[in-house]
Amino acid sequence: MSNEQRNDSPVNAGRRRLLGGAAALAGLTIAPGVFLVHASVPTRPEGTPASDQVRWGMLVDTNRCRVDCDACVTACREENGWEGHDRPETDAKWIRKMTVTERDGRQTSLPMMCQHCAEPPCAYVCPTGATFRRDDGIVLVDKHLCIGCRYCMMACPYQVRFFVHEPVASRSPNHPRGKGTVEGCNLCVHRIDQGVLPACVEACGERGQGALIFGDLNDPRSRISRAIAEYGAESVRADLELDTGVRYQGLS
Amino acid sequence: MASRIRYQLIGQQQPAPFWTLAAVAAVVVLAGLAAAAYMATVGHHITGMNNQVVWGVPHVFAVTLILAASGALNVASVGSVFGRVDHKPLARLSGVLAVALLIGGLTVLVLDLGRPDRLIVAMTHYNLRSIFAWNILLYTGFLAIVAVYLWTLMEPRMRVHSTKAGTVAFAWRIILTTGTGSIFGFLLAREAYGGAIMAPLFIAASLAYGTAAFSLLFLAVMRSQGRRAPEQLLSGISGMMGVFVMAVLLLLAIHFLTLLYTPGRHDVVRFLLLEGGSIPATLWLGKVVIGGIVPAVLLFHGATRRRAGALAAASIMVLIGGFAHVFVMIVGAQSYPLQLFPGREVSGAVFDGRAASYTPTAPELLLGLGGIALVVLIAMIALRFLALTPKHLPDEPVDEPVAAEPSAEDESGGGEEPAPAASHG
Repeated sequence: MSNEQRNDSPVNAGRRRLLGGAAALAGLTIAPGVFLVHASVPTRPEGTPASDQVRWGMLVDTNRCRVDCDACVTACREENGWEGHDRPETDAKWIRKMTVTERDGRQTSLPMMCQHCAEPPCAYVCPTGATFRRDDGIVLVDKHLCIGCRYCMMACPYQVRFFVHEPVASRSPNHPRGKGTVEGCNLCVHRIDQGVLPACVEACGERGQGALIFGDLNDPRSRISRAIAEYGAESVRADLELDTGVRYQGLS
Repeated sequence: MASRIRYQLIGQQQPAPFWTLAAVAAVVVLAGLAAAAYMATVGHHITGMNNQVVWGVPHVFAVTLILAASGALNVASVGSVFGRVDHKPLARLSGVLAVALLIGGLTVLVLDLGRPDRLIVAMTHYNLRSIFAWNILLYTGFLAIVAVYLWTLMEPRMRVHSTKAGTVAFAWRIILTTGTGSIFGFLLAREAYGGAIMAPLFIAASLAYGTAAFSLLFLAVMRSQGRRAPEQLLSGISGMMGVFVMAVLLLLAIHFLTLLYTPGRHDVVRFLLLEGGSIPATLWLGKVVIGGIVPAVLLFHGATRRRAGALAAASIMVLIGGFAHVFVMIVGAQSYPLQLFPGREVSGAVFDGRAASYTPTAPELLLGLGGIALVVLIAMIALRFLALTPKHLPDEPVDEPVAAEPSAEDESGGGEEPAPAASHG
């Protein structure tokens, strides 16, 4: 679906008018740590392929993210059913909280998950093509093709891909999991396709500090694009030039 | 031609010890398969692998065997491609061992997959951007090319093509080992790897470990028949392996010096060489001393380079060093924490900012040992049913009675070939 087609959709046009007004108002007061509003997510009609006109991304405002808050982690775990076996070294953690301590002692809290790179090393090295990047920028694993070689885990610079080390006791209807395959954050693709925000973004807005913005990086009018344009953002390990879909504010 | 090289089958004259050893190997193979089945059933959490060390000892065994496979063809290449006629009678042994080692290594690799039952997926879905997918093609191609090469060596009508086949096999194995090295060299996330140098490092390693594996097989076959290898041949193999052993040490040194020259990589070098728990000990003692310096002395020193015992000892040490080398390259490199925020302290739930510990468990070790046993078993079956072993080598000392096995010429049709006109030491 092209941008033009999507923009012509009455549902989206109406949604944009409504949100546009609010965004314009909020935009007047935008400041790091003060303003972050959920982006609108257009529904992808069933049977329509993902479009490369869209580049889904996430912006993390680390100024708002608190060390003692893990609302995003809990929401992701419940949404995607990756609860573990109380074995921290082998349990999956699609999203985790990290604390970064500067030389001057200043601490930054942030969530770390698949960075949905435009040039994903994991997808490049996957021998069967099980790991792939959807046209709209979401990096996914086809569970039917994954042979569990774990080369993607060797290749990922962010340590955000997980091998399912043991049989899965409970299954989430939202995401198939299987012993012996690799998995990771899929940006809640099942929600995005239905026009709903990823679980972590929603939870951060409702129970956390509103530190996450989700939206279309290709659309200069999207809130995520405007927030990045106005205050800047950076990728973790930007030196690797992977063009990540997840960006961070307040890191440096 | 002064005479013709005649080949024989092994294990006919003294079947009891032969089949006893084969049975022991088969039992270890079965134990390895049982371990793999256990891992596949309950999952990899029963191994020492974790969210950070995702490739463990099975990969160490597999990669070492695959490296040795490529290098085991050295003796055949030296004979067919580089014209060292005294090595040519051993080309069949060399080719068969190369195939056996590759099958053993690949078996371990496949059985360590999370979904080994999906091997067919790996054979039918190729992501050609993946160096791993290239390697699948390189490995299967290697098996096919060496099979053809063996055919040209063993079938009299095809013998005229053996040099061509040997040349293709030689080129292919260099490409294969380049591919194996690049599996690691292409990983930009892992600081312990150094990009382009991984390919020549792995090529040198394969030449050393493969020659060592071949030497052990060759010496075992000779010993089982109460024969002594010609001194010039021993000296030639020793010199070749010694050069390869030194080449690996040199390239390893260059690799670490290059890392040291990059300010951001100092910490990983310190980890691998000094502070990384068992990793530095494995590298210094296992690779440098046991797998490098001591065998190099044995292989180069005038008093030992012509002795079968010294060559056997050196070969065992080179292979131990090979496992140590690959262990450090695979497990050591993964144990070092990924640098998400270089220069800053980090903490988190997935080994953030801290080195991972890895202790292999029994199923992993059994799987790896099963791979080695599979190599032994395949080689023994080949020795028993194919005419691979020369009955007499040029310049072979005959001061002891030769417990010769019956000639295979009647059974295989490929049991003899023209002997080399001369040998060069």
